[in-house]
Amino acid sequence: MGLRRAAVISVAAVAMLAGGCAGAARPRTSATAARGSVGSITVFAAASLTGAFTDIGAAFEAAHPGASVTFDFAGSSDLVAQINQGAPADVFASADAANMATLATAGNAAAAPVEFATNRMEIITAAGNPRHLTGLGDLAAHDLIVVLCAAPVPCGSYAERILAAASVAVTPKSREANAKAVVTKVSSGEADAGIVFATDVRAAGAAASGVEIPQAQNVVAAYPMAITKQSANPTGAQAFVDFVRSPAGRRILTDAGFGPPRS
Amino acid sequence: MSARRTRVRPPAVVVGLAAVAVAFFALPLAGLLWRAPWSSAWHHLSRPGARQALRLSVICSLWATALSIVFGVPLAWMLARRAMPGRRAIRALCLLSMVLPPVVGGVALLFAFGRRGLAGQFLDRWFGVRLPFSTAGVVVAETFVAMPFLVITVEAALRNLDPRHEDAARTLGASPWYTLRRVTLPAIRPALLAGAVLTWARALGEFGATITFAGNFPGTTQTMPLAVYLGLESDPESAVVLALAMVAVCFAVLVALRDHWYGNLRQPGIDG
Repeated sequence: MGLRRAAVISVAAVAMLAGGCAGAARPRTSATAARGSVGSITVFAAASLTGAFTDIGAAFEAAHPGASVTFDFAGSSDLVAQINQGAPADVFASADAANMATLATAGNAAAAPVEFATNRMEIITAAGNPRHLTGLGDLAAHDLIVVLCAAPVPCGSYAERILAAASVAVTPKSREANAKAVVTKVSSGEADAGIVFATDVRAAGAAASGVEIPQAQNVVAAYPMAITKQSANPTGAQAFVDFVRSPAGRRILTDAGFGPPRS
Repeated sequence: MSARRTRVRPPAVVVGLAAVAVAFFALPLAGLLWRAPWSSAWHHLSRPGARQALRLSVICSLWATALSIVFGVPLAWMLARRAMPGRRAIRALCLLSMVLPPVVGGVALLFAFGRRGLAGQFLDRWFGVRLPFSTAGVVVAETFVAMPFLVITVEAALRNLDPRHEDAARTLGASPWYTLRRVTLPAIRPALLAGAVLTWARALGEFGATITFAGNFPGTTQTMPLAVYLGLESDPESAVVLALAMVAVCFAVLVALRDHWYGNLRQPGIDG
């Protein structure tokens, strides 16, 4: 197995570990804004946005001299819980509508959330697609080792919905705890295929290949973001939200495999 | 048995700190008991999924303990008695999985015994054996993580054992195998038992290496800790009940073994 693949798997494993401690508070950089600057903001974002938002943060800081963005990446449900407990977030970017609704219900969203990206599901296979999979129907083959996410996590419920709608009966060998674990099993060669987010396939790089699921069979996972009620810097927060939805932010999200927002 | 108990009254500081330690262990358990849905507990436990996970946990952890004894006791004996070159390095290597984050251990097992792994590709090609996604894979993951507990406990006991007993047996004409079986092993029996229980408890609670190496599928590889973890999001009540069931099983075994275990242990077990 290639060194590159080994590296991807190791990184995925460490990422799984780090998931637990991602909530640790980082001190805010004290870039007290010069007049006209957007100052410093803290963005709580879903773990699947880690790559894209890190790049967007750098581009945002380059576009707004003096601005500083601090990120906290974790599972959306963890982040909502933290914000509702008073964590100092200015912006919350969620991987699904349900967690955003939890924030709004608690009265902690300053305004109506806006959709800024969409994600879709994809079949992930070993690099180069050695089993020549073409679509969902191929996943039913008896000699194919398929792993899916467990039902409680979003990638698992989406996968189940897609397979049910396509009337494909798949007996997975394992129900993994998250999408990264599915990527690990496939890119290490243990499993032949899985169903994860398109952005997960993109993030795996050369270690895995993706097989697209046609739009008619697929689901659209919408990513909403909102400024929090307790934001100490709503102006800076709005500037960040606008930047994510600008052509520059759009391009970074597209490169990471995200689709455009529907609205 | 009561030789180590003294009549000296312990200093107040000791009593106070010990009480804090007890509270530290008791409070999380109290938290579980507090949140447990007592009225529906039996309903959660009697679901087929829960029983399946509990059964699998017990079977796999017992297998892991048996394998740890079969391979761990000889290893401990070699580490304690033979002046091998690089003994410290070998000991460190064999205890590595204690400090390795279990998820990383699971990835390492994949690289070694997976379908494309260092040794796994030959297991697959020559014998058609595939450990990932199989119950055997769970046993391998649990053994990997738990065996060091047996090795350090038994090695410490062997080091503390007076070698004159074995010397005497040998002078009287006993073969090395006979001496090991009839003199050495009976003498370290309490430590062996303690080590086996520690190993079993660790294997029973194993999560990270199991889910990474063996995956998670009800009836095949989904042990109790995996069922609890995945249940926490969808069905927290059920997860708490399952967690308590695990705690109860462990607690019962530890309490039942108390006399055999602590009672005869002549030397403090673990001293590196």
